[in-house]
Amino acid sequence: MSATTRELADRRTRYLPTIILILGAIYCLIPVAWVFIASTKAPNELFNSFTLQPGTGLLENLSELFSYRGGAYGLWALNSLLYAGVGALLSTVVSAAAGYALARYTFLGGRIFLIALLAGLLIPGITLAVPQYLLLSDLGLAGTQLSVLLPSILNPFGIYLCYIYARGAIPEELLESARIDGAGEWRIFSRIALPLMLPAMATVFLLQFVGIWNNFLLPYIMLSDTNTFPLTVGLYSLLSRGSGSPALYSLAIIGAAVAIIPLILLVLTLQRFWRLDLITGGVKG
Amino acid sequence: MVLFLAFTVIPVGYTLGSSFFAMRLTGEGVLGGIRTSVFVGLENYIAVFQNSEMLAGLGRLAIYGIIAVPLTIGLALLFALLLDSPGVRLKRFGRTAIFVPYAVPGVVAALLWGFMYLPETSPFSYITRAIGLGSIPFLEPEGLYGALANISIWAGVGFNMLVIYTSLRSIPGELLEAARLDGASEVQIALRVKVPLVLPALILTGIFGLIGALQLYGEPLTLKPMTNSISETWAPLMSIYRDAFVLDNLPEAAAASNVLAIGTVLLSLTVLFVVRRINARAAR
Repeated sequence: MSATTRELADRRTRYLPTIILILGAIYCLIPVAWVFIASTKAPNELFNSFTLQPGTGLLENLSELFSYRGGAYGLWALNSLLYAGVGALLSTVVSAAAGYALARYTFLGGRIFLIALLAGLLIPGITLAVPQYLLLSDLGLAGTQLSVLLPSILNPFGIYLCYIYARGAIPEELLESARIDGAGEWRIFSRIALPLMLPAMATVFLLQFVGIWNNFLLPYIMLSDTNTFPLTVGLYSLLSRGSGSPALYSLAIIGAAVAIIPLILLVLTLQRFWRLDLITGGVKG
Repeated sequence: MVLFLAFTVIPVGYTLGSSFFAMRLTGEGVLGGIRTSVFVGLENYIAVFQNSEMLAGLGRLAIYGIIAVPLTIGLALLFALLLDSPGVRLKRFGRTAIFVPYAVPGVVAALLWGFMYLPETSPFSYITRAIGLGSIPFLEPEGLYGALANISIWAGVGFNMLVIYTSLRSIPGELLEAARLDGASEVQIALRVKVPLVLPALILTGIFGLIGALQLYGEPLTLKPMTNSISETWAPLMSIYRDAFVLDNLPEAAAASNVLAIGTVLLSLTVLFVVRRINARAAR
């Protein structure tokens, strides 16, 4: 008797976890699916047809988008690529070098630096944006593309990840034996340490790339010339100008759809190179 | 080695140091420099706390954070546990689908959900209208907190899920096997064995969630053109931006930035401290 009720209960609950998981997946996919469907609608269809029904205006919308204000959209995409690509690359190199130095050399102020770093982790990067703006405008850089790139390079979290990783992955003895063999410090760093730190660097690069690509406030504050906008700020400017005008709504929708395709592809293909255990590994230690 | 240090660590340290320094300088010093050349000490900070709009903004932010952060982490934990438990199907699909929003920039996420909320284009309101309930008031004052929190939950669940999932996977298999042999159900294992073991990951994601919540800015700004319920100063960062660049009151904006930053750090440390106390008590 009790066995059969238990079996029944088992059968009933067996699919429950899967169902919850699928519900979660649907929840996450609905807006994305919607934007792709909506991007096929001509402006007059947007508000007049059932919202999940594909429209007929995809190609028109696309050509509208890329001809908007003399190809501004393409420029924004290139800017995003520039900020995220160069910013993430430089930030990865700096993080790796600093993390390695912190982990494997003892030097004056090293501990203080580490503490400052941990404090920096807790300070929301965005609240620094206003002070950063003041600093950069004093240097005469506000409004230039450099003003978005420079603050992106220093990434306390990246340094921290590299520090944790270097501490675990680069054995002191290896460095010692290289030193005995007469290798210079620079050579040791570039030939021995860097290759060992590649997994951490890939993680830092990806986190930073997505972070910069998705960042809104920093470029929004720093930049005023539409030609220097990244996609996020560009799309926002489109939308805020388009309040009430269906034509610009369509443009914002197709713009959003096109903007997320490359990033979704990037994140999905590079997912397996992620060493997210690094993030949590650090807290235990 | 000296060269190496000189070229890497010192500039990094300098930049980091000066970023802290600039904050303090702009909070207290620059207002002396640019405006009146008078050192006014804490006056700007007092002004921040007397600014009713700013305080109201902080209040709204608190409500938003109380909704958004626990739900994000809770859902992330739920999905991570589901991914980690045997007998659940379609794991790869679920994992990938839930992670997709991570790739969507916050502003774009707000834009997408904005259209999901707008009565004319919302599929949800379409359904409720079809069954005679009328449109859902996502963008009216009564639905706004939920609507905003939902955007950040949607965007944050996937990443946090992966972080928690990764740390679930590092639990030794023998431990789970032993629990199973002792007759523990999967739910019991999840709640009694797995959750305590991934606590560090939960704390970490919680704190980052908190920091993220306090930075709320792009989302309300993006929704603003679609609704009248979001004022120019809805979130503290929106006030800060307006003070700095519209009203040209940089010193107060800088002071408010500092208040927000210090508040975040204090809040994070409090959370850490409380968790540590609870842990210590549990260990005893």
